[in-house]
Amino acid sequence: MSADTLATAKPAVELEGITKRFPGVVANHDIRITVDPGTVHAIVGENGAGKSTLMKILYGMQKPDEGTIRINGTEVGFRTPSDAIAAGIGMVHQHFMLADNLTVLENVILGAEPSKLGRLDIAAARARINDLAAGHGLRVDPDKLVEDLGVGDRQRVEILKVLYRGARILILDEPTAVLVPQEVEELFQNLRELKAEGLTVIFISHKLDEVLDIADAITVIRRGTTVASLPRGEVTSARQLAELMVGSELPTPETRESTVTERVAFEVRHLTMEAGGHHPIPKGTPVAAYAGQLRAEGKRLLLDEVAFEIHEGEILGIAGVEGNGQSELIEAIMGIRPAHGVISLAGRDISAWSTLRRREAGIGYIPEDRHRQGLLLEASLWENRVLGHQTRKPARRGIWVDRGASRRDTERIVKEYDVRTPGVDTLALALSGGNQQKLIVGREMSGAPTFLIAAHPTRGVDVGAQAAIWDHLRDARAAGLAVLLISADLDELIGLSDTIQVIYRGRLVAALDPSDITPERLGGYMTGAIAGTEET
Amino acid sequence: MPAGLNRALLTVAGAVVAIILAFAICSVAIVAAGGSPFDAFAAFFDFGASERAQSNSIAAFLNRAVPLFIAGLAVAVGFRMNLFNIGVEGQYRLAAICAAYVGSTFTAPAPIQITVIILVAAAVGGLYALIPAVMKVTRGVNEVISTIMLNYVAIALTSYLVRGPFAGERAAGQLTTTTPELPESGMFPNLNVVFDWFGLLPPTRQGGVWGFLLVAIVLGVGLWVVLERTRFGFTIKASGLNGPAALASGVDPKKMVVAAMVLSGGIAGLIGLPEILGDRGAFNSNFTAGLGFLGIAVALLGRNKPLGIAFAALLFAFLDRAQGAMQIADVPPSVITIIQGVIVLLVVVANEITGRVALRLEERRAAQQLGRNQPLEVAA
Repeated sequence: MSADTLATAKPAVELEGITKRFPGVVANHDIRITVDPGTVHAIVGENGAGKSTLMKILYGMQKPDEGTIRINGTEVGFRTPSDAIAAGIGMVHQHFMLADNLTVLENVILGAEPSKLGRLDIAAARARINDLAAGHGLRVDPDKLVEDLGVGDRQRVEILKVLYRGARILILDEPTAVLVPQEVEELFQNLRELKAEGLTVIFISHKLDEVLDIADAITVIRRGTTVASLPRGEVTSARQLAELMVGSELPTPETRESTVTERVAFEVRHLTMEAGGHHPIPKGTPVAAYAGQLRAEGKRLLLDEVAFEIHEGEILGIAGVEGNGQSELIEAIMGIRPAHGVISLAGRDISAWSTLRRREAGIGYIPEDRHRQGLLLEASLWENRVLGHQTRKPARRGIWVDRGASRRDTERIVKEYDVRTPGVDTLALALSGGNQQKLIVGREMSGAPTFLIAAHPTRGVDVGAQAAIWDHLRDARAAGLAVLLISADLDELIGLSDTIQVIYRGRLVAALDPSDITPERLGGYMTGAIAGTEET
Repeated sequence: MPAGLNRALLTVAGAVVAIILAFAICSVAIVAAGGSPFDAFAAFFDFGASERAQSNSIAAFLNRAVPLFIAGLAVAVGFRMNLFNIGVEGQYRLAAICAAYVGSTFTAPAPIQITVIILVAAAVGGLYALIPAVMKVTRGVNEVISTIMLNYVAIALTSYLVRGPFAGERAAGQLTTTTPELPESGMFPNLNVVFDWFGLLPPTRQGGVWGFLLVAIVLGVGLWVVLERTRFGFTIKASGLNGPAALASGVDPKKMVVAAMVLSGGIAGLIGLPEILGDRGAFNSNFTAGLGFLGIAVALLGRNKPLGIAFAALLFAFLDRAQGAMQIADVPPSVITIIQGVIVLLVVVANEITGRVALRLEERRAAQQLGRNQPLEVAA
């Protein structure tokens, strides 16, 4: 069964004139998409273009204000996801919705348990899952605990889950965002098998190379509406798609000439964090010996003697699959979580300092999750400007918050960083993700920091904001700022960093030169497939 | 700032709708209890027949509002950073008896005498609130549990103190035990002079309108300044809105828990003083109870903002005052408790709804303004 033979069949999904007026910066407006059965149809668009809203409408999580949805030629009106599931639509969310402490089998049948005479029929479930897994090449052990699975396996469990519920149309929301290149290839292999079985896949992404690799047809969404719908054969290059997506030239994250100086701005030695709570080191034991002792006892180390230095004007990139110690590293440096070892800023040991003192000493922090750690969503922009600077000029005047100066300085950030907002009294939640992020970047660059932690600085922001944030990072680097860059976007890492270190299971396993590394090789180090060797 | 004004108007509208609805629901309860809703509502505005009775009613209304207002402030300080100080009840009772006793042990010029009493009350309340705070930051004990438990300890402790170590002389025929009387210099001057300005007769019961009203107003304004204008207030707000963000911004959550709890307890310590300094001159075994729990309702109703709490306290006091008039009108006075309960419930619901509507409007407004200012990009 190929796409061509089915081209005349009824479309699996047909969206016509979908409009959703939504209190936000982007809504859906007159969306038209036709997805042929047995194909992989990619929907691309920058973050905030309205892809997620559209998928929520298709999956019954939101009702469109106008327009019609037809599934296999029948018009439907979904009220809840259950309606969508009943119509054969399944969704694999970007953030996995699995219960860690249950097995694969339990997760798959959760909410759709087969029963025989009122009792759970595990045998039937197992048979069905094994059938599905074998039939679609989704190899997972049904009795393994989900918490022991890697990211790629978890994704397969998610796919199994929707297949188990009888889905014939699969929506995959940014499925590759959490995968390394090797895992992406495996996923695509699975998708091809699903397609061969006659299933329809709607693949949402903004990674254009991957889209070109897997899709049979591509729809581009920009600013809430469909701007183009093309069969794969008519797309010549990723660049062409990107330009449709952003409506302008595509930026690249390349740093130009090196600005690295001799002066060490920030240094970390023997940074070690144990799992299961912080315990003080016995007096007189060096950290290295203590870490060795923990290793010998078989204890898991979240950070295992991490050591690096960053010079003024240098960007050090940390590559790694999420959950290998990046968050712990950042929180240890910021003083949010206790750790052993030495952290020094401009030659001064700051490892005993409070978070506030570290910030006052010139550490800026762009957190990985801006809603969790970076913003007060229900407070105004100027109050968000004060956050983290509450003890420093211009936000502070004695015991008071200097409202006037804070407002003025927020206006400066809004102007310099191109934050699109009606005013500085607007609540932070009214801004789009990219504008929120630009505000955070502007805030963290204020007060002349000497060292900046940038964790996923362009995650979930649109291409325009991404380019602006990269420019600000480069400018600050040229002005002598030392930057620790942590990112899941390998192009961003390779493009911006002066040096790349790979973190794997809490250890820095390789130091690489970004000028001669490919994303594929980097992926090899990140998954531990290539053993850690020092190269420069 | 029109956005802020919008939000405030919405909040007020929500509260008004909730209160009207509450009265409607309570009409049903009144009918069920065999009364007439119209008689009941007439009773609310029945301040008495004689001029003197009317003055007394007004005084009773204001005198009830003052401790409720202070209790609301005490609870609100904790609520602002998602800290549930349910222990206001115990904190104020313990503070009241200690302050009354210490105040009776010496005699000094009035300003000094009263200041010392106020400071003792605040210190005792604050220290008592320090216990759950320390338990929370060192051992992670949930403050709701610990403060509720400490209420029982405080209530038992005060009954012991008023009979034992802090007991004064019991007058012949008196059933209640009491702490020694405060000296004359410990009594706060009343505000009956205000009645003269309006050409009303001065109230005679309860020692007139308590002068502590002025202290409460100063406290309310002061607390507003602290919460809305100072760095400390900002860190409280940040901790309440987003704990992890506050932590990442260098706000020490442990210090904040201790500071907010002690501030809350310190304010709670003052709840009993209007009655002691304005009327009784001592703490006795039938001292007004339950103000700490009512403070939770008042703070909820007032949305944790001093001005809102003032209105909430006045509303509750207005309803409480009518209890006597209700009985005369042949309506069960417990109807008032029902009305208060229903109002709080409905206001919490209304707050949630208006809060969401306000956020929606804000988002839409931002989207509209941006939509106007920026033309859509033309396709490539």
